[in-house]
Amino acid sequence: MNNTNLKEQLLADFQQFEGKLNGQAQTPFHQVRQQAIQTFNELGFPTIKHEEWKYSNVKNLVNQGFEFNAVSSFSQEDVNQLDIPNLEGNILYFINGVYNAELSVVVSPESELQILSLADAIKQQPELVAQNINKNSDIEVNAFTALNTAFAQHGIFIHVPAGKVVEQPVILRFISDARQANVASQPRNLIVIGKRAEVQVAEAFRSLGDNQCFTNAVTEFVVAEEANVHYYKIQNESDNAYHIGTTSVYQEGKSVFTANTVTANGGFVRNNLNIKIDGEYAEANMFGLYIPNGKQHIDNHTAVDHAKPNSNSNELYKGILKDKSTGVFNGKIFVREDAQKTNAFQSCKNVLVSADATMNTKPQLEIWADDVKCSHGTTTGQLNTDALFYMQARGISKEAARSLLMLAFAQDVIDKMEIPAIKAYLEELIVGKIYNS
Amino acid sequence: MLKITNLHAKIGEKEILKGLNLEVKAGEVHAIMGPNGAGKSTLASVLAGREDYEVTDGTVEFFGKDLLELAPEERAAEGVFLAFQYPVEIPGVSTTNFLKTAVNEIRKYRGEEPMDAVNFLKMFKQKMAYVNIDQSLLNRALNEGFSGGEKKRNEIFQMAVLEPKLAILDETDSGLDIDALRIVAEGVNKLKTPENATIVVTHYQRLLDYIVPDFVHVLYKGRIVKSGTKELALELEERGYDWIKEELGETV
Repeated sequence: MNNTNLKEQLLADFQQFEGKLNGQAQTPFHQVRQQAIQTFNELGFPTIKHEEWKYSNVKNLVNQGFEFNAVSSFSQEDVNQLDIPNLEGNILYFINGVYNAELSVVVSPESELQILSLADAIKQQPELVAQNINKNSDIEVNAFTALNTAFAQHGIFIHVPAGKVVEQPVILRFISDARQANVASQPRNLIVIGKRAEVQVAEAFRSLGDNQCFTNAVTEFVVAEEANVHYYKIQNESDNAYHIGTTSVYQEGKSVFTANTVTANGGFVRNNLNIKIDGEYAEANMFGLYIPNGKQHIDNHTAVDHAKPNSNSNELYKGILKDKSTGVFNGKIFVREDAQKTNAFQSCKNVLVSADATMNTKPQLEIWADDVKCSHGTTTGQLNTDALFYMQARGISKEAARSLLMLAFAQDVIDKMEIPAIKAYLEELIVGKIYNS
Repeated sequence: MLKITNLHAKIGEKEILKGLNLEVKAGEVHAIMGPNGAGKSTLASVLAGREDYEVTDGTVEFFGKDLLELAPEERAAEGVFLAFQYPVEIPGVSTTNFLKTAVNEIRKYRGEEPMDAVNFLKMFKQKMAYVNIDQSLLNRALNEGFSGGEKKRNEIFQMAVLEPKLAILDETDSGLDIDALRIVAEGVNKLKTPENATIVVTHYQRLLDYIVPDFVHVLYKGRIVKSGTKELALELEERGYDWIKEELGETV
């Protein structure tokens, strides 16, 4: 499949896909799709000449063929094998991008949590979808978002009505089953949180098998006034997995949105986290941790757009880079002219534990208001040699001392996680990666 | 226990130790004194195995083993303990977790089973009472935000837990007020047995009021130029180092 051109394949696929939409073609969303495929066609896949993709080259990805939404034999038995111990709550499974209601378990009452496949939501709740989708979208400039939007179908629509506090977390588990062939998926999720509602949502990405897999995910949150959302994106995919994902968040006044993005494994990962704060006295928190080894490549692009006054954003990303791995951090903060009294803090700290690892960091602040507090700082260094010697002088071997220091470095981001099972799962992955790889 | 013969060491191109000889036997307390830049801290660092220093000549035997052949962690496991002049702050690692790792790594080196949590806690409690250190300090990240006195007390606590055969106190008195000094010295004295030994590296005599040495050595220009008993320390306190330089035939 070396000569396959992914763009041509996808444009042709869209013709077929459109032909099968039947009733959906009459919904308002269909226009969004058509616009999106056109944008994708115009933009094409980015090259490294594109400023936003300077350090993340998708050349190898777009020269391969993938089967989208491939049928998988993934069963309950496989679920048990992939278990995250003690995970409780609403657990929804997506196999190769397609929601699998049979494997999924919903424990929260419908009055708290309304869950529909996106395709059903487009048909059954056309207005609610149209009102909320692409609320803070990068569709005009990001070919991957445009592509995802054109094919949006198999993800999930979640609605937490106003005033509801969802006690049990919502866990979305995306499984790429690459045991038989190269597979690809484009999950598209829309999560609408009503006024004063509260919910914890986790997206967990896993891959199976050694074939190539490609995930192009877009998840949108629309967070109404005074709502509180705790979001997790956790990634544990193979070295043959490409993941390009965008999480777009639109926040109204007095809302709180906290994102924890932890990448334990993945061959090529690009995470975009775009938050627009469009109300006063709102708060956005962005925490991230990435531990690439081998030849893994992990890129986090974040953007927080302060459009209204008196809001806060706080960001801390940390990376430990081993072997020949590469990392990218690009953090944008926009403070619009109206957004006086904004507090925006950004920090990105990295440790290179190998001479062959590379980290590229770029903070980008654009501030139009004059009465704001903003700070940013990025550091990339090695493990502290004084600390290493101190530990060795107490009998701790150099290797164990290095591991202890790496774990200590990651600890404050790990401690931000509030779902115990997810925290424990990630801690184990991280410890394993630090000590054994 | 420890036999240092003709030790030469340099950092970068600068030779600091230039033929140092010293023998320490079990049950003894040795004080190493000397003016600034004499090589006191270098000696402590070389014995503990800091990589920045290169040993160019001489030997160091510790219970008959070639100490210089061992990695820092192996020296610690053999029973060498360096109390740091500037204990390092390590955010994210609690003192408890740090010492538990250290104890079990040393036990592994000695071919012993790891200590289980219950026994560790019991031992810990005992040692805490022994050196009079507060639990709250041990739950915090290692040395992070500790005062000078707290850091030094933590060093002595670590010494109590690891029970070294040879403890090297590198300028332990620096930055301590008299009360903290007394508490730290008390801890060191309590830990003394006929089987272990202590080397106290210090610029001032005052620590030796509390930790009484059997021998006092003057380190100057990378060599031990004079040895005596505790009276020598008092004389140095009174007269400074110039008379020693004169004795060596230097013009002051």
